[in-house]
Amino acid sequence: MSAAPAIDVRGLVKSFGGRRVVDDVSLTVAKGEISGFLGPNGSGKTTTIRLMCGLLTPDAGEGQVLGMDIRQQGHLIKREVGYMTQRFSFYEDLTIEENLAFVAGLYGLSPARQHVRDTLADLGLTARRQQLAGSLSGGWKQRLALAACIMHKPRLLLLDEPTAGVDPKARREFWDEIHARAHDGLTVLVSTHYMDEAERCHRINYIAYGKLVAAGTVAQVVKGAGLTTLVLEGPQTPAAARALRGMPGVDQIAPFGNTLHVVGRDGAALDRSARQVAQQTGCALRPSETSLEDVFIHFMGEARDNMA
Amino acid sequence: MTRWFSLTRLLTLLRKEMIQMRRDRITFAMMLGVPLMQLMLFGFAINTDPKGLPSALVAPTQDRFSRAIVSALELTGYYRFTSAGVSAAEAEALLARGDVSFVVTVPSDFGRRVLRGDAPTLLIEADATDPSVASGAISTLSTVAAQALQRELGTQAEAAAQAAQSLQVVVHRRYNPEGITQYNIVPGLLGVILQLTMVMMTAMALTREIERGTMENLLSMPATPLEIMLGKLLPYVAVSAVQVLVVLGAAQVVFGVPFVGSLHLLLGGILLFVLALLVLGYLISTVARTQMQAMQLTFFFFLPSLLISGFMFPYRGMPGWAQILGEVFPLTHFLRFIRAVMLKGAGIEAVSGSLLALVLTVLVLSLIALLRFRRTLD
Repeated sequence: MSAAPAIDVRGLVKSFGGRRVVDDVSLTVAKGEISGFLGPNGSGKTTTIRLMCGLLTPDAGEGQVLGMDIRQQGHLIKREVGYMTQRFSFYEDLTIEENLAFVAGLYGLSPARQHVRDTLADLGLTARRQQLAGSLSGGWKQRLALAACIMHKPRLLLLDEPTAGVDPKARREFWDEIHARAHDGLTVLVSTHYMDEAERCHRINYIAYGKLVAAGTVAQVVKGAGLTTLVLEGPQTPAAARALRGMPGVDQIAPFGNTLHVVGRDGAALDRSARQVAQQTGCALRPSETSLEDVFIHFMGEARDNMA
Repeated sequence: MTRWFSLTRLLTLLRKEMIQMRRDRITFAMMLGVPLMQLMLFGFAINTDPKGLPSALVAPTQDRFSRAIVSALELTGYYRFTSAGVSAAEAEALLARGDVSFVVTVPSDFGRRVLRGDAPTLLIEADATDPSVASGAISTLSTVAAQALQRELGTQAEAAAQAAQSLQVVVHRRYNPEGITQYNIVPGLLGVILQLTMVMMTAMALTREIERGTMENLLSMPATPLEIMLGKLLPYVAVSAVQVLVVLGAAQVVFGVPFVGSLHLLLGGILLFVLALLVLGYLISTVARTQMQAMQLTFFFFLPSLLISGFMFPYRGMPGWAQILGEVFPLTHFLRFIRAVMLKGAGIEAVSGSLLALVLTVLVLSLIALLRFRRTLD
């Protein structure tokens, strides 16, 4: 892998109507890496992605995508990047084949017919090529969108919540496809809400209210959050949950079946509180690994506190 | 493949637009059906020289002269006497209610005056709330009445000459001696039909992409504003060609509108007008955010252009400020152009002013549209 990163942007700022949607975001994605982009709804993920592919111009900040300047060379970046929008944005009144032919023509792929045929075969769309895009199910629409994004052999793929509304099997296939492409050297930045998808990424970046909160591998991010997690188990977990609320050291209480996960920043205080409640309610207490989800919920709460 | 323009990309955009146009059956049918419907409706319905208007006759003395006048008036086709032999008061009420458009009064001393050669008088009261209704009927009146009298007084030559003289009116209509409204309406209709379909269709061009979310995708691919604009507009040049063929064909075959000018000049002018309309519609679609807004903007533009371009009401009859405002609309210039070329056989020098105005419209509007086009989603 060469040294220059595929994405290297610094201090990106974008405001809409006086509201800072993206606030001083810096992001680095190495070549051939699958980088997850996470954050709550409205946190600025889509806007950041649009800034990087030239669909929006930043108010402040600078950087390179594939070695090209995002302010000056947007038209060149467009040729090398495949951008898959959050909402299906191909023509529903065109067939799969016609949509792909349209994309091939705009990128000047020659011979267009051959590129379309190869892409159809590559993604298993050949049998459905005469079907109107509007009549496809969510999974097939997503497959068409992916086909259209990778047909021109981009070096960077920007995927904005690609698996929203897609069933688990199609999701699994989609991720297998992404991993295969990354193995061939394609760089991928993918935004998602799903924890299992985040864990499939080489690195993750967490953004909340326009600010980048954490970045690194999943293990690094979890460790960096500095959280302690304890599990209470027993018949009285609902009572335990009520008792724990508001006690020193307790930041999050989440029931999982018959168990109760308690998470906090101050490990010692959390331990004291949990011990006390476990004794009162007759629950068993044991330490546990902090999950990525616990970390994200913690980040969200923290970011909201900062906003207030 | 250059950065600013590529034929491959343009052809790709064109192919896509054509497929979408073909699949959208209702819109496609509308583009062909609406012009036909409008042509038939307006072509036959609009008539600024109406005939067979209901009239009342007040004639206290029924003599051969009054009968001659009445039958002569009926023969013109303008007057249809629905109430004959009513009193002056009854006639007054009929006119006030709008039951009749005219009241013709033959005074009791009419016959005596005619025989004496002593300037006979006829009273015609017209319902002038719609001035165009009465104009044709009134203009034929004096001639017809004089001729009727002359026929009746064939033997008394001297009195006839005197009586007829006092009623003499010269009506001189150039280019359209019979006053056939279709000659005026049908060429104008071509302009109106083109305006409605072309502006509306292109006004939705970009807003449809924005509403369906496909704009984001289109912008993330390497297509330039000029290519996107041409890709959206050129298919409609083909549609307009079909509309022009239909309307001009019908003008000849169905309405018998004379065509005395140059066909090349006519088609060239029509092409300019179509381009102006397409660019105007495209400009609307760069301003509007939704298809609904595009539609509203189109109608906001459409009604005034219909009313003050000279299509509905005589252009020269409007006050000065309205005429200046009218110059803004491409339709105004097109109407002047097409009436001059089709009916008067005008050459290119005679219509150069209108053509120049259309060329300017196309250039200025395309420039604004290209500058307004949002290449990003900002």
